[in-house]
Amino acid sequence: MIRVSQNNKLATEPAASVETAVQPAKPVREKREGMWRDVIAGIVSNKASLVSGIFILILAVIAIVTAVAPGILPYDPYQQDLGQSLLPPSAEHWFGTDLQGRDIFCRVMVGTQISLSVGLIAVAFSLTIGVILGSIAGYKGGWVDTVIMRIMDMMLAIPSILLAIAIMAALGPGIEKAVVAIGLVSIPEYARIVRSEILAIKENDYVAAARVIGDSNFKIVFRHVLPNALPSIIVRATLGISSAILDCAALGFLGLGVQPPAAEWGDMLGRGRNELFRAPWLMIFPGLAITLAVLAFNLLGDGIRDGLDPKSRKR
Amino acid sequence: MLKYIIKRILLVIPVLLGVTVIIFLITRVLAADPAPVVLGEHATPDQMAAWRADNGLDDPIWLQYVNFLVGALQGNLGESYYTHASITKEIAARFPATAELAICAIVVASVIGIALGVLAAVKKNKLADNISMIIALIGISMPVFWSGILLILLFSGILGILPSSGRIDPLLQPTGGSGFYIIDTIVRGDWEALGDALYHLVLPTVTLSLYSMAIITRMTRSAMLDTLKADYVRTARAKGLSKGSVYIKHALRNAMLPVTTVIGLQFGSLLGGALLTETVFSWPGIGKYAVDSVLKSDFPAVQGIVILVAVIFVFMNLIVDIIYAYLDPRIKFGTKEEG
Repeated sequence: MIRVSQNNKLATEPAASVETAVQPAKPVREKREGMWRDVIAGIVSNKASLVSGIFILILAVIAIVTAVAPGILPYDPYQQDLGQSLLPPSAEHWFGTDLQGRDIFCRVMVGTQISLSVGLIAVAFSLTIGVILGSIAGYKGGWVDTVIMRIMDMMLAIPSILLAIAIMAALGPGIEKAVVAIGLVSIPEYARIVRSEILAIKENDYVAAARVIGDSNFKIVFRHVLPNALPSIIVRATLGISSAILDCAALGFLGLGVQPPAAEWGDMLGRGRNELFRAPWLMIFPGLAITLAVLAFNLLGDGIRDGLDPKSRKR
Repeated sequence: MLKYIIKRILLVIPVLLGVTVIIFLITRVLAADPAPVVLGEHATPDQMAAWRADNGLDDPIWLQYVNFLVGALQGNLGESYYTHASITKEIAARFPATAELAICAIVVASVIGIALGVLAAVKKNKLADNISMIIALIGISMPVFWSGILLILLFSGILGILPSSGRIDPLLQPTGGSGFYIIDTIVRGDWEALGDALYHLVLPTVTLSLYSMAIITRMTRSAMLDTLKADYVRTARAKGLSKGSVYIKHALRNAMLPVTTVIGLQFGSLLGGALLTETVFSWPGIGKYAVDSVLKSDFPAVQGIVILVAVIFVFMNLIVDIIYAYLDPRIKFGTKEEG
């Protein structure tokens, strides 16, 4: 967040970036600031992406507010009231009520917490491990590279959702286990991206220079190589959040995700299935929430890519 | 070329062996003891111990793996914890249902996806392009289980014109044969059954094809945009060929290379989507079998399905690579230089 505001400032003051550009002592910093400015520029220049960014911010606010001050919601999302069972959408219950008489609007709002946090944590998890494995493979090369990448190939040979449900079958249901399952299955994607970026970057002169002045491998990778691979990683991670939200919903739908009475969009959809024709609102609203959240992260990712890759912007 | 193909086939073996190790680790090491789940809450410790011994779960893990691998190489994927039925037979009985659905879905996805992609590229930045791109974006963002449910709600619930579950009316079900109902009914000349099978296929096919269709549309559009800029396309236009002929014969034909790759890779990921689609439509294929087996910790079935799907996926990649090498001579020559 702090970076974003810094960059907004930078974008309005072009002189500042020129100044940093002429300071050879901090090449990485300059690169990064320029990159974040490109990210913001990409998002702002693309209307759909900007709207998505704002929508995601609203989702984040909803998730935080409903977690910190649940009293703000008109009804308790967990309180059962069988007298209010399966009421259609109305002025009192905007999205209707479920079989247990719980207000679906409140449950969809609270569901934001799980979907967003699973999306973010799962991506952070797979990103961390993927970046480490990809860096080692790309930088070390040789047999280390072969071993790591062949293991990644093996994981990629199993469709991710099938691998995720197999892991869930082993670990048992539960949201923290879903995070692990979803995170594990997307490690290979990040490892591959980081490895290929590092292979391209490590031959550059400035990496050779860093090696000559005696920087450790760790320092070279983290100070000089990874920052340059960051654009591809950011784009992939944004799109990764959308697929993590989808996978989380799929696990919930199959009954492998959260435990009752937690409100999770996919789980709400799965439980509403038996009442499909009698009470379609049980499925319409949670499904809409999943689709909009996924759509927003996809569009945001597109905008960021446009900002970071001028070639794609021309299209 | 032959050298390249042999090299690629040899590379498949370690990947598949690795897949068996991964799934074995997940179901036998990571997983909790399945005995209480399979035998129920009231089973005594003695019963559970006897059950574990019966199923070879007391052996050292490496021995379990070797036994499993030796069996798998002979086509024996073990027995169900519940019914003691052969997993190979259980999968074989369900596989045609999934294959029929997946093939229909990839055909629909390819035809519509390529058409939309070409339209979008040719009408770049116009209404048709925007509509195609919006359809593609929705296809990528909508969870497959939600689109399936919406289609059921509309076409089975409100309009009442299409069935919401099953493969065919049980009274019309062809017995024996290949298990592919379209083929079986045509072979027998049973047109009523063929019609009913196709009727049941519509909604699951559309549902399963949406995501792949979106990916193929995007890929076709961007590949077409590249070829439309190429000199040979300009030359073809300059020498007076009609737009349609240039688009199809020159631009699309050259754009098909990356599109073919994506279609091949999508077939593998369709099998993942089939898991959810089959659950929504109660489609009696391996996807639904996988979910059912996972929910009751029937691990031998889970292992068998994962390995089968991985084999299909890896061989689809192999076929795509070989076709690619055949179509694009640069790859072939590249390997020649290496070797």
